[in-house]
Amino acid sequence: MSAQDNYEAAASGAATEVASFNDLDQGWLGRVHHALHVTPALVPLIVLLSSIIIFGLVLGSKFFSPFALTLILQQVQIVGIVAAAQSLVILTAGIDLSVGAIAVISSVVMGQFTFRYGLPVEVAVVCGLLFGTAIGTLNGWLIAVMKLPPFIVTLGMWQIVLAANFLYSANETIRSQEIAAEAPLLQLLGFKFNIGGAVFTLGVVFMLLLVLVLAYVLKHTAWGRHVYAVGDDPEAAELSGVNVRRTLISVYGLAGLICGFAGWALIGRIGSVSPTSGQLLNIESITAVVIGGISLFGGRGSILGTFFGALIVGVFTLGLRLMGADAQWTFLLIGVLIIAAVAVDQWIRKVAA
Amino acid sequence: MEPILKARGLVKRYGRVTALDHCDFDLMPGEVLAVIGDNGAGKSSLIKAVSGAVIPDAGTVTLEGREVRFASPIDAREAGIETVYQTLAMSPALSIADNMFMGRELRKPGFRGKILRQLDRKRMEDLAREKLNDLGLMTIQNINQAVETLSGGQRQGVAVARAAAFGSKVIILDEPTAALGVKESRRVLELIQDVKSRGIPIILISHNMPHVFEVADRIHVHRLGKRLCVIDPGEYTMSDAVAFMTGAKEPDTAAAA
Repeated sequence: MSAQDNYEAAASGAATEVASFNDLDQGWLGRVHHALHVTPALVPLIVLLSSIIIFGLVLGSKFFSPFALTLILQQVQIVGIVAAAQSLVILTAGIDLSVGAIAVISSVVMGQFTFRYGLPVEVAVVCGLLFGTAIGTLNGWLIAVMKLPPFIVTLGMWQIVLAANFLYSANETIRSQEIAAEAPLLQLLGFKFNIGGAVFTLGVVFMLLLVLVLAYVLKHTAWGRHVYAVGDDPEAAELSGVNVRRTLISVYGLAGLICGFAGWALIGRIGSVSPTSGQLLNIESITAVVIGGISLFGGRGSILGTFFGALIVGVFTLGLRLMGADAQWTFLLIGVLIIAAVAVDQWIRKVAA
Repeated sequence: MEPILKARGLVKRYGRVTALDHCDFDLMPGEVLAVIGDNGAGKSSLIKAVSGAVIPDAGTVTLEGREVRFASPIDAREAGIETVYQTLAMSPALSIADNMFMGRELRKPGFRGKILRQLDRKRMEDLAREKLNDLGLMTIQNINQAVETLSGGQRQGVAVARAAAFGSKVIILDEPTAALGVKESRRVLELIQDVKSRGIPIILISHNMPHVFEVADRIHVHRLGKRLCVIDPGEYTMSDAVAFMTGAKEPDTAAAA
């Protein structure tokens, strides 16, 4: 070669250590930044533990008892289950506004199939779960194949499902006593058991298992990695061999199934089948996801974070109530937490540090 | 010698624009073939047609003597053609190992892999590390670090390593040095030589004449949607190549395709 590339010779002598990393020079803040970048669930965990400690110090054994702490679990179980579904969707950079509606209509299907059509209750429960899965899959199809924005699809689906729910159920509640007498299986997830003062329900156990299973699946299976890749950069995922369409449809379908389980747990929690229940599940699930440190832009965060996020809301709600504070203080603090969580997410994303 | 990858009479039209006009293409085994051409000459369309990213309207693509029809980049990948896109096609938040095995993950043997679908992280990490070492990318310390924490040159290196690890027949590099500094470009050129020394032919699309003339065995000059000529970099100067490519000079009949 001629003189044209001689300029490169100047660099060749120094090129033995191409951009190697020196983690030690990042300083204290750099190390914190790195830890958060690697383990995004750390922030909500710290917030959760410190809020438990603070409420525990202020309220004493009234708050810091097995009973009160497991009461929090019972209070967040429905939101926790729905938020797990929401996490999957948000990891793909989507959003599902229909989660609450799917949960409610699934519970209504379970109740009405049993009491209106006289189907065996086991069959009715399976039908409810399938119904939730079907709506979720339809969401996924509209988003992945018709290429419609998730916000619009699920906003529409929310209205459709909610309206269908009222039309189908004729706005009629199935009373708790009737269910307990004729179809106790519908209330199965509300079954309580006591371990040394700590009270658990099967719904709580289901939530905990669900979180653990999803954490495993997201971390240790190819499908889980694909969920992250699709949320990170769908085009890159497609080019590197991920079936983006199938991944998206399966995520929304699975979210629908999980919402179906949430509907079942909802019957256990309130005892009755009510088409007007669960109205706040959408917002509460998104709140838990955001406080849990999952990025709304997709591809970042962990399901454990969401679980901690749901628990943080539960701790604040119960703690402030026990302190006798106005319930509005809870909402105010949750609002602050949401904004703080997103600010932290933006900071974590600055990887240049 | 038979070309390993051959295209004949490729046509691709986008509405009234003709991107490929009965274009031919030949890649010989073990060679580095550079593809040069002005903007809009149809280089990208040609490369996309042989890598499955676009489906040509007419013409045939032949890989090792057998005609192939790719419906997607995944088809081409399965046939042994790996492409390193200009955008690199990596998920920034995932680790190097995750990215290298994206879409072809290894599962653990037995119950844990079959029933629990558990990934064999250890094996994937070891293989990823081995591939990076093969290409002299020893400076990457932690195979589990997120791709977004790598420098541009390192990312390019990982993308090339991924292609080299899985590309059994042909590797296509689209503008691999366009976004890189002097040192990183040098690294990528060395990577190209490394891959070539292992007998895998490479198609290199580049605007950088010094790089093209340094590594290419033959240069395919693309002009107005078809192959104008194929030249030997030893017999022509960079100025000649630019002149052919821009139409300032016509190649003599011996070199014309």
